[in-house]
Amino acid sequence: MQLALVAAVVVGTSAPLVGTFLVQKRLSLMGDGIGHVAFAGVAAGLLTGVWPIWTALLAAIGAACAIEWLRSRGGAAGDLALAVFFYAGLAGGVVLTGLGGSLDGGILTYLFGSILTVTPGDAVTIAVLGALTATVVAQLWRALFSVVLDEESARVAGLPVDGLNLALATLTSVIVVASMRVVGVLLVAALMVLPVGTAQRVARSFRGTLLAASVVGGGSAVAGLVAARLWGLAPGGTIVLVASGVFLVAVVARRRSGPLEGMRAP
Amino acid sequence: MTSPPLVAAGVSFSYGHGRVLDGVTFEVATGEFVALAGPNGSGKSTLLRILLGQLRPAAGEVRIFGVAPRELVERWRIGYVPQRTEIVEDLPASVREVVAAGQVTRRGWWRRGLGDPAVLDGAMEAVGVAHLAGRRLSELSGGEQQRVLIAKALASGPELLILDEPVAGVDAESQGLFRDSLVWLARERHATVLLVSHELGAVAEDLDRLMVLKRGRIVFDDTPEQLTATGVSLGVHAHDLPLWLEGPG
Repeated sequence: MQLALVAAVVVGTSAPLVGTFLVQKRLSLMGDGIGHVAFAGVAAGLLTGVWPIWTALLAAIGAACAIEWLRSRGGAAGDLALAVFFYAGLAGGVVLTGLGGSLDGGILTYLFGSILTVTPGDAVTIAVLGALTATVVAQLWRALFSVVLDEESARVAGLPVDGLNLALATLTSVIVVASMRVVGVLLVAALMVLPVGTAQRVARSFRGTLLAASVVGGGSAVAGLVAARLWGLAPGGTIVLVASGVFLVAVVARRRSGPLEGMRAP
Repeated sequence: MTSPPLVAAGVSFSYGHGRVLDGVTFEVATGEFVALAGPNGSGKSTLLRILLGQLRPAAGEVRIFGVAPRELVERWRIGYVPQRTEIVEDLPASVREVVAAGQVTRRGWWRRGLGDPAVLDGAMEAVGVAHLAGRRLSELSGGEQQRVLIAKALASGPELLILDEPVAGVDAESQGLFRDSLVWLARERHATVLLVSHELGAVAEDLDRLMVLKRGRIVFDDTPEQLTATGVSLGVHAHDLPLWLEGPG
């Protein structure tokens, strides 16, 4: 349980840091798309006997770079690019899983998460990936914010916009892979964006949104894990349901207390 | 000898078979307050993208402080104010954070920290939004948001300020405040200002020069007072509505 708590805290606090930027760029489903390609990577790892985390990371980073390249060149709209990788990744995972025999517990732990079976090695891997994500965001968040605020102005100002977008896509891959054992690839995007939706309704600044989203994410992950343990529920799903509930509470509370989101003062 | 802030020489551009710009030539001198006007489809947006280095001209060249736009290393010397509609509408960012984003490249984009508070305060005070520093951008009126974007452009201490349709959808009162900000920039800070717009009512009397683009060509380049003297009539239907061009050209 202690290892599971460590994994939950790390993933819950670091996933929304990346999700905050994805939400503003209208790429909330990017985690989903990359997660499905990571699933194919896991299947390839299990089939070939290579550590699935490595194959998943390789596949996820490759997909993230390709999605960003397609999006930036205008060759395919952002959502269409995501759809291509979403379905191709899932299909690839299904085919590779079939080649390996059939669906078994190994692949299912990556699809739906299996935080209660996290090993010390898994916890260290998750902690390293989470720390890497948090460190990069802490160092680059102002530059990333400038790109999110107005990409065209950022280019005029001389920011390495393509490089920063690629960095964000890579961070997304890293956090998807780190989150696989906690909530599974099917739900990882939820942990990246739901806490952000909550934070946007209470924070007064972008930095505040980042911090609040991280706190909400971490709190949801711990509360979900404890609840799952108490009532014998699936941990991954419970964590996401808690995050969803917190989001709904924030929406209702915001509507009752003040102007709706997006309404401006006269 | 110091190079002029902005020079365009024989700039031409086509999208497919359609010629959008045809031999556009002009020079903006240091400290000038210049407007580039023209009806929709005149090529203003394309010319702006070429000036900013986002497109390469098919013919001719552009020089910003003596070098091609993409070769300018000190990009902070250009302050760019985009159309307000291009900003993320519900971005959860404070006014101070948005203004501070204007300092990112001058300080070094890899550096942490908010930037020089005095510079940020000065930029916000220059356009009258200092009292809004802690507010969320999405809570402000259109005019206030536009002034925040100008403050962001000022935060880097630019020598050339380029504004794209800055008063589109902005109420008359805010346009007056916006006009005061630009005049202060041009007269007190001696910045060079290029205003790309088809709505010039708020600043028409303060311009040093007006350039008019029509069907990809500069058809007028002189003081606004000379415009009617050339025989080109203005069809203004109401205060602050677009500048329509009729007559020769």
